[in-house]
Amino acid sequence: MKEIGKEEIINAVENALGTACTKLSPYALGKITGALKTEESALGKAVLKDLVENAEVAERESVPLCQDTGMVTVFARVGRDARLMCDLGDAVNEGVRSAYAKFYFRKSIADVITRKNTEDNTPAVMHVEFTDGDDLKLSLIPKGAGCENMSKLALLNPAEGIEGVKKFVINAVMEAGGRPCPPVYVGVGLGGNFESCALMAKKALLREKRSADAAVAALETELLTEINALGIGPMGLGGNNTCFDVFVETAPCHIASLPVAVCVQCHSNRHAEVVL
Amino acid sequence: MDLKKLKAGDVIKYTGVLYTARDAAHMRLKKLLEEGKELPVDFKGQIVYYAGPTPTPPGRAVGSIGPTTSSRMDSFMDLTVSLGLAGMVGKGPRSENVRKACGKYGIVYFVTTGGAGALLSTRVESSEVVAFQDLGCEAIRKLKVRDFPLIVAFDASGASIFERNKTK
Repeated sequence: MKEIGKEEIINAVENALGTACTKLSPYALGKITGALKTEESALGKAVLKDLVENAEVAERESVPLCQDTGMVTVFARVGRDARLMCDLGDAVNEGVRSAYAKFYFRKSIADVITRKNTEDNTPAVMHVEFTDGDDLKLSLIPKGAGCENMSKLALLNPAEGIEGVKKFVINAVMEAGGRPCPPVYVGVGLGGNFESCALMAKKALLREKRSADAAVAALETELLTEINALGIGPMGLGGNNTCFDVFVETAPCHIASLPVAVCVQCHSNRHAEVVL
Repeated sequence: MDLKKLKAGDVIKYTGVLYTARDAAHMRLKKLLEEGKELPVDFKGQIVYYAGPTPTPPGRAVGSIGPTTSSRMDSFMDLTVSLGLAGMVGKGPRSENVRKACGKYGIVYFVTTGGAGALLSTRVESSEVVAFQDLGCEAIRKLKVRDFPLIVAFDASGASIFERNKTK
């Protein structure tokens, strides 16, 4: 049994969010510099150059990459031999509160009816899973609304098949156009049910590699190629780089349904992971 | 600078004043106008920037300040015309209604790089809340900017960069 204290969790969440919002990950930066070599449109290239310079300024001056420092989603994996010495939700929210105050991040969370700001960027949205071991693993996504608003879910008929799924995903990206800050990352949930499908789409954004399942990996590659053929380009100004990558998560579904969810993520793909 | 002479696709560096306003500020301005009340700022001939910055840390003019998605403000185009605005700055495509209004009233819609709030903050020399302080990041701020990069998305004749760059 490993004891994990409240302060430990608060500090980990605070630091992870501080880094995620001010430092572009080597993975995201690599995608941008890679696209700079292949982008054919002049405006598209200019946008990608801005993003590289933006990352330099953000890191040098400890200022957020984007003014929308997002709503925080947390995927928590709790090992069966980890003993949490506090309420996990309280500790995570305290970490969010502390990070958004300390690092001068924007507080973007409001009451849904009155639209009154909660003033501390809480509550975070948390999903908990139980695993083996004695670690507490937290994956955090501080995600802006520009891209989140472009996300979609459908419960297709099984007869529509994978072609129907592809059409739905590609249409979602096409309709979003320049709004979610392309080149985007596309998380796809395929199967499960209404709520698990959406969750898979969001969770897929934590990945940085092709699926280990050959059929799923092939679908990811096909979707990526077809989305990039749309010509939306960086910030929707035209170009051959519309999407940096597509990640598909799957689960079995009911014989009568074919759930598909698309979660769109911006070019900066901010997320962080901590293990306690 | 005569904004009306700009053409869709032109890239400029703007030096002058921008007023920030986004969803909440637009809702409030609309209400004031409908109630026949005095507006807190004279927007005639001004440029509005759809942006809500992060809080200003000590020693900086402003926090991170990139554009937000313009299409959320599409339903406020009548307000934009009533205010006499000369231009708007944001990100992403907008409705046909907005494009046509730009042509009809000689208004320019600019875009700038989304997700580049840190970089854009270095082009802001000063920032002052001039209305709706209680809205926090959504308050109206008067920004003095230097060499602020803008791309003409809809010009004053209603021509659009998005049309030109549409899928082949």
